[in-house]
Amino acid sequence: MAFDWGLTPANADPSNLWGNARGGSAVQTQTQSREGQAPPARGLSQAAAAKWAGDAQSDHAVRLDAVSHAYEDRRGSVIQALAGVSLHAPRGSVLAVVGPSGCGKTTLLELICGLQQPDAGTVECDQAVLMPQRDLLLPWLSAVDNAALALRIAGDSRARARTRGAALFEELGLSGFERARPRELSGGMRQRVAFLRTLLSGKPLLCLDEPLSALDAITRQEMQEWLTGALLREPRTVMIVTHDVEEAIVLADRVAVLSPRPGRVVAELTVGLPRPRKRTDPEVLALREQAMRALQMGASVGDSPSSGDSLR
Amino acid sequence: MSSRETPPKHARKAYRFAFAHRLARGLPAALLALALLGAWEAYVDLGSVSSIVLPAPHEVAAEAWSNAGLLAANLELTAQEVGLGVLLALVLGFVLGVLIHLSPLLRRAVYPLAVGSQAVPVALIGVLLVFWWGFGVLPKLFVIVLICFFPVVVTTVDGLAAVDPDQLKLLRTLGASRWQALRFGELPAAIPAALSGARIALAVGVIGAYIAETSTATSGPYAGLGHQINADINALQTPRAYAAAAVLFVFAIACFYTLALAERVLAPWAQKQRGEFP
Repeated sequence: MAFDWGLTPANADPSNLWGNARGGSAVQTQTQSREGQAPPARGLSQAAAAKWAGDAQSDHAVRLDAVSHAYEDRRGSVIQALAGVSLHAPRGSVLAVVGPSGCGKTTLLELICGLQQPDAGTVECDQAVLMPQRDLLLPWLSAVDNAALALRIAGDSRARARTRGAALFEELGLSGFERARPRELSGGMRQRVAFLRTLLSGKPLLCLDEPLSALDAITRQEMQEWLTGALLREPRTVMIVTHDVEEAIVLADRVAVLSPRPGRVVAELTVGLPRPRKRTDPEVLALREQAMRALQMGASVGDSPSSGDSLR
Repeated sequence: MSSRETPPKHARKAYRFAFAHRLARGLPAALLALALLGAWEAYVDLGSVSSIVLPAPHEVAAEAWSNAGLLAANLELTAQEVGLGVLLALVLGFVLGVLIHLSPLLRRAVYPLAVGSQAVPVALIGVLLVFWWGFGVLPKLFVIVLICFFPVVVTTVDGLAAVDPDQLKLLRTLGASRWQALRFGELPAAIPAALSGARIALAVGVIGAYIAETSTATSGPYAGLGHQINADINALQTPRAYAAAAVLFVFAIACFYTLALAERVLAPWAQKQRGEFP
């Protein structure tokens, strides 16, 4: 498949396709205390976005420093999801976060997307868009209308949004399914539509929450290859959360390993391997060993809150 | 994929028999109705009750036949009341449901009163309504709306509240405002629930029209089926009262299934796919 999204003849004006925030750097800052000041405005104007980017003096799309977050569950007991997490992702890089179930990975993404505020620490990120674990396609919209949802929200007319969305369907192997309803699509296709919806938001930072975990093994591998190709052709900053260590290594530039709840970073691996990578490459397997060891050690120290960072 | 392939041969053949199939689907209801009518007929014919207390089905049918003009004229009036009243109730109920969803303050203020309004005996306020609006259709509409809006409010509020919170989070990260989240996410999601409320509203709307015609005075030659039923009962013309009731009965069924058809158009995605047991 050819992947020059947005640079196809049908879309002679790529900046339009990707929205003006493309590769942009609208930085938002969130500081301590959830009762504190109002969260900074999202959806900054173009000028304001440029100013923010200038002020930030940073090549990082994601800067988390000593971030902690707790929430109350339904019964009212407080759950410490994250304890002192620091993570940085340079613009244009792919950062994977792996960890056992319930280690606060989803909370991490929600903090980055501004859906929640940290209890402590700072979160500074480019404007981020979330691709949730479930595809969450709207059942009453056709595939193309789902993909182009962000364009509608940004004010495009239905016809214009459809045209811009449909232009990418062929590249994602979805042509002919523009008018299909989500329930008529296979799991892999739904996931691709959801990914397209994420891309078309035009935000510079993509947060993918277990994007492939709902798929069967074969579709999953196809999607991994597809995603690798996509990111090779059109680098974006990507935060990908997964519990699949191999997937993280195949896709990412760096892999952060979280401990069980409360989540903290117990190891960070740099994956300096050329793409595309295979799950069976010996280097991938070696890194996998390293990551698995870190996961196990993280699990064993998970109960003693202060020892986590020493493993980095 | 499979959904876009041409239908298999047996499906096309089945399509040819779709009409017959539909008729066949109505068969159980028709048989049950026939059995009940037969039992009723037998009960009366055996001399158990006088026809002033309970007329036999054949008497009712004959009465309906010979009073077709009167029944049609009264049905027209009652159908107008029900149609307009339920429509108003739907709009009012849906808007109120959305407002209650959006504003916790409004929920606390309005919800208890809306519940209480369902306990107000209509006869109590009938005189007042006539005093305000006279003998026309307006007091009847008010009564029907009062009876019908409530199920729409409840189902709409529940439908809006049942929207997946993750869906709303997603819409937020896509840049949606509160209003856009409502427009793109919540309102369409609530439509099937609101339509369920509409079905209940329509079913109670028909008896609502009877109550309305009973509790508010009417003038003119034709005053609706409800009014006719009451007049016939008082005049010991029980068979004609039953004929009018039978018309209401069929009218309610027709309304219900018309709305079911409308649902397929308004919310095709909500048509249930049922897992079938062999």
